[in-house]
Amino acid sequence: MAAIEMLYFAWVREAVGTGAETVTPPEGVATLGDLVGWLSGRSPGHATAFAEPHRLRAAIDQDFVDFAAPIAGAREIALFPPVTGG
Amino acid sequence: MRDIRVQIERFDPGEELARLEALGGGGVASFTGIVRGEGGLVELLLEHHPGMTAQAMARIAVEAERRWPLLGLTLIHRHGPLAPGERIVFVGTAAMHRGPALEASAFLIDWLKTAAPFWKRERFADGREAWVEPRAGDAAAAARWDDQG
Repeated sequence: MAAIEMLYFAWVREAVGTGAETVTPPEGVATLGDLVGWLSGRSPGHATAFAEPHRLRAAIDQDFVDFAAPIAGAREIALFPPVTGG
Repeated sequence: MRDIRVQIERFDPGEELARLEALGGGGVASFTGIVRGEGGLVELLLEHHPGMTAQAMARIAVEAERRWPLLGLTLIHRHGPLAPGERIVFVGTAAMHRGPALEASAFLIDWLKTAAPFWKRERFADGREAWVEPRAGDAAAAARWDDQG
């Protein structure tokens, strides 16, 4: 699978310890939910950030998506808390 | 006219309203969001997804233009550190009549709160810092437009 640019925002960024990283998921990581599970194994910070998937929201290539979304062809995936602007 | 801005700088609602009033319609409506200083808040820090924010705001604008006959709309959302009393967000709409202007303004701020990638972090006088949790009322306010599209 091609490399994906991961972006993290707000407390997800703080827990992971970085706002951006490039990852290359193995075969079998097909959906965003799969990806979050796989990312959780990268470090204790990742595990903390992704421990409660229902608290996360996501965008693939800058479109909001849910965790069933396929990640094939994704160039950029952002993970973040529910938005609180306005 | 569609004017969408994501900026650190302050803005002047008076100037924005004047531009909307010059479009020839019969009504201009607006909403200005202000940082509340309650609970000993000393700073609100707004983080956003720089690559996505303007595009997400444009989608909200397009949806408003689809639903109401607008002559113009202005969306301004600030990011970075903000002090109590400072303006965060401005929504302005111009239309031939008051109904579309008022309804579109309410729709735009409701959707900005739930469909634009901004996050607020609060810092208090006692040193506490915390990310703002989404309020169920915000989702409900946005959802009330779902059955009217």
